[in-house]
Amino acid sequence: MKNLPLIVIVLVIGGGLGYFLGGGNEQAVEQEAAMETSSESTLEAVKAKGYVQCGVSQGLPGFSNADDNGNWTGIDVDLCRGVAAAVFGDADKVRFTPLSAKQRFTALSSGEIDILSRNTTWTMTRDTQLGLNFAGVNYYDGQGMMVPSSLGVTSATELDGANICTNTGTTTELNITDYFRANNMSFELVAFEKADEVVAAYDAGRCDVYTTDRSGLAAQRTKLTNPDAHFVLPEIISKEPLGPVVRQGDDQWFNIVRWSLNAMINAEELGVTQSNVGSMMGSDNPSIKRLLGEEGNFGEELGLSNDWAANLIKAVGNYGESYDAHVTPLGLARGVNALWSDGGILYAAPIR
Amino acid sequence: MNSSDLSRLWNDARIRRIAIQVILVALVVFCFWWLISNTSQNLDKLNKSIGFDFLSQNAGFQIAPTLGTWLFSYEVGQSTYWDVYLIGIINTLLVAVLGIIAATVIGFLVGIMRLSNNIIFRSFATVYIELLRNIPLLLQLFFWYFTVLRSLPDKRGKVDLIPGAVSVNLEGLFLPFPIWHSGAGFAGIILLIAAISALYMRAKSRSKQLMTGHPLAIWRITAGIFAAACLMIVVSVGIPMEWSQPTFIETGPILKQGFDKATAIMIIPEMLAVWFALTLYTAAFIAENVRSGILAVSKGQTEAANALGLSTGQTLRLIVIPQAMRVIVPPLTSQYLNLTKNSSLAVAIAYPELVSIFAGTAMNQVGKEIEMFFMMMVVYLTFSLLTSAFMNWFNHRSKLVER
Repeated sequence: MKNLPLIVIVLVIGGGLGYFLGGGNEQAVEQEAAMETSSESTLEAVKAKGYVQCGVSQGLPGFSNADDNGNWTGIDVDLCRGVAAAVFGDADKVRFTPLSAKQRFTALSSGEIDILSRNTTWTMTRDTQLGLNFAGVNYYDGQGMMVPSSLGVTSATELDGANICTNTGTTTELNITDYFRANNMSFELVAFEKADEVVAAYDAGRCDVYTTDRSGLAAQRTKLTNPDAHFVLPEIISKEPLGPVVRQGDDQWFNIVRWSLNAMINAEELGVTQSNVGSMMGSDNPSIKRLLGEEGNFGEELGLSNDWAANLIKAVGNYGESYDAHVTPLGLARGVNALWSDGGILYAAPIR
Repeated sequence: MNSSDLSRLWNDARIRRIAIQVILVALVVFCFWWLISNTSQNLDKLNKSIGFDFLSQNAGFQIAPTLGTWLFSYEVGQSTYWDVYLIGIINTLLVAVLGIIAATVIGFLVGIMRLSNNIIFRSFATVYIELLRNIPLLLQLFFWYFTVLRSLPDKRGKVDLIPGAVSVNLEGLFLPFPIWHSGAGFAGIILLIAAISALYMRAKSRSKQLMTGHPLAIWRITAGIFAAACLMIVVSVGIPMEWSQPTFIETGPILKQGFDKATAIMIIPEMLAVWFALTLYTAAFIAENVRSGILAVSKGQTEAANALGLSTGQTLRLIVIPQAMRVIVPPLTSQYLNLTKNSSLAVAIAYPELVSIFAGTAMNQVGKEIEMFFMMMVVYLTFSLLTSAFMNWFNHRSKLVER
């Protein structure tokens, strides 16, 4: 067996090469598989597995927050439950994946989730460069500032010389810097990696101001030692339209999510609520007839049943009900998020 | 070439070895090529390119005032991402160097206390080491940071450590800075000359001690030299320096109250907390290194020193520690390296070091992950190699000289 070492070496090297070549083949197979899944529509995939997989936040009261028993609530959660009700007629056929800001887009584009409903700001970069589509806006937010009432400050223009606490790695740092430069005011920024430390440092008095999205401020304020001793300044220094996101390239699924949101907003406008949806079935109003599937075949055109919107409203209620149940308790008035007919900017395309 | 030629080649040990080497090199090259081509393909798919152009772009975010921002006079909209990189490096270096110095001092003290005959010292050192070594550094960081924050008045109040000079509040530690007057250069030169002559006398004293056994009265000579230098300066230019007066503003707009930052050096609490935590944590490990080093010196050495009539302090300073150093230094090097690398945890409490501002804020704005992580790896690698090189040189110096 003089040749034994040689044989061993040849085997090892051959195996190594084989691994790499095999790796190449595996890649090709994976690509084919990916093409196959993309040719199978999201709706078919969702129906096949029997539930909607929904990406949510790791805990933002009012938007998506889990209680002690693991039940998720919030307006972002209601949207996912609404889509599940529209697809299956059962709002409980949904599973939630809590995601960090960093993970969220990767989770969606890799197919781990079907909808991303996680207080995500619609921006041009995200819409065009990440292979995603925003299906609408379910909350018009903006960056705001919170201060202790004891400072006696009533407007952001009085904040010259303030120390400001915020999170690193978001647009927040840039917005606040822009705002102070534009107003020719000086400030110092203390930027933490995680929201919990920002709250703790602000609570300890390290900063005069805490800045993030206004909905976030309202939610985080509940974690302060004495929430009533702080208030949010009236100024909004950026536009943050938050909405559900889906993968690009599946128009049917995109339409289902978009129109589920529209159905919730239209239902509020038409006065259809969770409790009266049954009696509304006999309404003479043609708009309500179309919404509830008594006229036309709008649901079938979406690839669903005609009573899709009725199921949705039965399960989660209209937009206003969802808002009142989850966001109003945070002390956030409807404001711009009121219906257009009530002086807000919420305006859903008609079902027609 | 027939089959017997081939088998002869296979059986030739020299050719076989060369063949194996060639194949191995080919494999390694192939691996790297595969890695790089795969990465660039995937980047292409994402519409991203590799390049360092972003370094000359302006950075649009504020950075907390630290040594780095002061050195490079950081200004939003004027400074570039390259400046952000340099500021990150300076701030990382600052805590690393300060931490190494403080951790060494505390580590040696605690290590010696651990072997003390005094039970109070010994148990204090034991408790210190076991407590700090076994609690995760990140927790200690949070502990120090929030303890510091919770125990201080906000920026409209202050605690005077040295009234009129050193004060502390939630914004940081405020120190006076020196203001130089004309004649400061002259004074500097005089002091330099004094220092050189003192060193010269010291060397002379040592050689005299070797020759005769009696040193010069070196402390008296040194004091004399410096007294003469100071006298000369005061007589010729007066005192060419004064300390700034940190001014505390108590009236006016509420947000402008507090220390006037133009009149004092401000050290932010994030920096203090990082420094505390890194120092105390690493010192616990260094203390154990020191203890093992001292225990490695044979007991006969101490007994011999006692027999010669040296005091405990002298025995420690002249006999035990110098011999212990050769056991202490190699593990000490890795503690220094650990401390430097652990400083990246500071991102959790908003100290603007390299990982926080460059890999955090800046990377989220420009999205050049590969380039930026490469640049950071270069920094940490350079720090570590330089520390190792210095410590190897020092280790070589403190090695036991065997005759």
